[in-house]
Amino acid sequence: MSTAAPPVVTGQFTPNPGRAPLLRMLLAQTRMELTLIVRNGEQVLLNLIVPLGLLIVCTKIPFIEVGGERADFFVPGVLALAVMSAAFTGQAIATGFDRQYGVLKRLGATALPRTVLLGAKTAAVLVVELLQIALLCGAGIALGWHPHGDPFSVAVLIAVGTAAFCGMAFLMAGLLRAMTTLALANILWFLLLIFGGIAFPLSDLGGAADVFELLPSGALSNGLRMVLETGEVAPVHDVLILGGWAVVTLVAAAATFRWE
Amino acid sequence: MVGLRRRPHALSLRSAVASSDVAGPPLPAAAARPVGASAPKVAASAEPAVLIDGLVKRYGERTAVDGVQLRVERARVLALLGPNGAGKTTTIETCVGFRRPDAGRVRVLGLDPIADSEALRPRIGVMLQSGGVYQAARCGEMLRLVAAYAADPLDPEQLLDRLGLREVVRTPYRRLSGGQQQRLSLAMAIVGRPELVFLDEPTAGLDPQARHETWRIVESLRADGVTVVLTTHYMDEAERLADDIVIVDHGKVIATGTPAELIRGGADREIRFRAAPGLPLATLEPRLPADCVVAEPAAGTYVVAGPVDPQLVATVTAWCAERGVLVEGLQVKQRTLEDVFLELTGRELRA
Repeated sequence: MSTAAPPVVTGQFTPNPGRAPLLRMLLAQTRMELTLIVRNGEQVLLNLIVPLGLLIVCTKIPFIEVGGERADFFVPGVLALAVMSAAFTGQAIATGFDRQYGVLKRLGATALPRTVLLGAKTAAVLVVELLQIALLCGAGIALGWHPHGDPFSVAVLIAVGTAAFCGMAFLMAGLLRAMTTLALANILWFLLLIFGGIAFPLSDLGGAADVFELLPSGALSNGLRMVLETGEVAPVHDVLILGGWAVVTLVAAAATFRWE
Repeated sequence: MVGLRRRPHALSLRSAVASSDVAGPPLPAAAARPVGASAPKVAASAEPAVLIDGLVKRYGERTAVDGVQLRVERARVLALLGPNGAGKTTTIETCVGFRRPDAGRVRVLGLDPIADSEALRPRIGVMLQSGGVYQAARCGEMLRLVAAYAADPLDPEQLLDRLGLREVVRTPYRRLSGGQQQRLSLAMAIVGRPELVFLDEPTAGLDPQARHETWRIVESLRADGVTVVLTTHYMDEAERLADDIVIVDHGKVIATGTPAELIRGGADREIRFRAAPGLPLATLEPRLPADCVVAEPAAGTYVVAGPVDPQLVATVTAWCAERGVLVEGLQVKQRTLEDVFLELTGRELRA
């Protein structure tokens, strides 16, 4: 040991290892994930500004023909878009970059269990969705929206839809490079927006509509519209489609996810 | 000094020189076990902190770790010393469960790093060479997050102060300097009060002041009974911090021992000089005292290791004069780990 060094301070680092309670870890991690989403300008744009702008533009400018009150058609579609933005595109890009920057690997050497990490990412998405729903519903009512249906059915659809989109996000982010994930998540977001019954009725596509209704975005917007426009309770058909997507993508993600 | 009793091998002292292409005087295969400067406060439990037996790890064609063997007792500091690509990082990454060994056995705190990962992870702290932090997370935010994973963490604010991170506490990680990122990484490794920490190149790229603070933290950790395994390619760092040193090269352990054992290698001092390559050293050897060793570790560089006194210098220079050989750059000096490394591998550590 060096002779010049001052005496070593003791007592500060006495070991006392142990894992914090799961709930405390989940809350701390969710808070961090949420902070990062809110701090990221692109995420805010994707999750809040674009859906809100689209809702206002589509409702106010009659370039797309829809039957009935315009807001009644567009609010459910834009809600579906918002869920897709947060749970799929935002989640995929964030997770992809976490992986590229070694965050997932590094956190894999801490006391934080991986299930809590993924749980926190999902919880952060759910909080964002609550914000989106509040904002878009408020704007929708201001634009003349008359909601029908029961909130429970909406909650079920959004929950299953979130699971399906998160599954897709984890599947991509765990397998592809971050830049590829970024590009693909944006392209898919755009395609699902066009062919997902969000911006215009799928019936405009004629016979192809049946196929597009099988896409998660199609099923979610369709289901939300059934509940909110016509007051149908729990559209089983769409919940099953979304549930199928959720199971397939989550299982595939669990099997293929690479943490680094 | 504490405990003059013979500790069970703090390190498996293997034959110091393994490869046959090594020139130079051999190190003693096993010196008497000296008592290290450490005073462990934690009772040595039955299981060592780290036990690695015959570890092999390949990446495709390349064998990164080739039969590494080591043992770290609790509350000691072990330095893995070697050049870049020697297999240090892979060894550490296997200990923390990032890599699955291709062969061999790794036990950390008596646990399997992969199978028992959930039980092991709260008990260890890890500092990786780079990355591992959300790019947009602020320095203080990130440390507080990692502290929230632990049941009884250190105070993150005190740690930020001690590591000189106070003024960047609200700076996003991507805007921290390399040294600040390193210090945050060290803080993340120790904030959970682990009983064992792995530090991969903890002072690479640090300015001297930060480097000394890091050393003092390692010293405090050890004084408090934390076991430390660190990698470095700085000789002075290993010499100052480590109770035990394991020198690795090309994925193999080529020497182990305390710094004193390795440096001494039979002698405290040496005479080193340059002259024409290929001098007939066999004729010099009989004229030297019995405990001297002479060698030509690199062409034209000669080393006489042993108890150097004025007479020995005179003997060596006289022998050269008899041959009409002009001696250049003659020096008498304390041997360092750098010399040991050069002798073992035939090259400089930081070439």
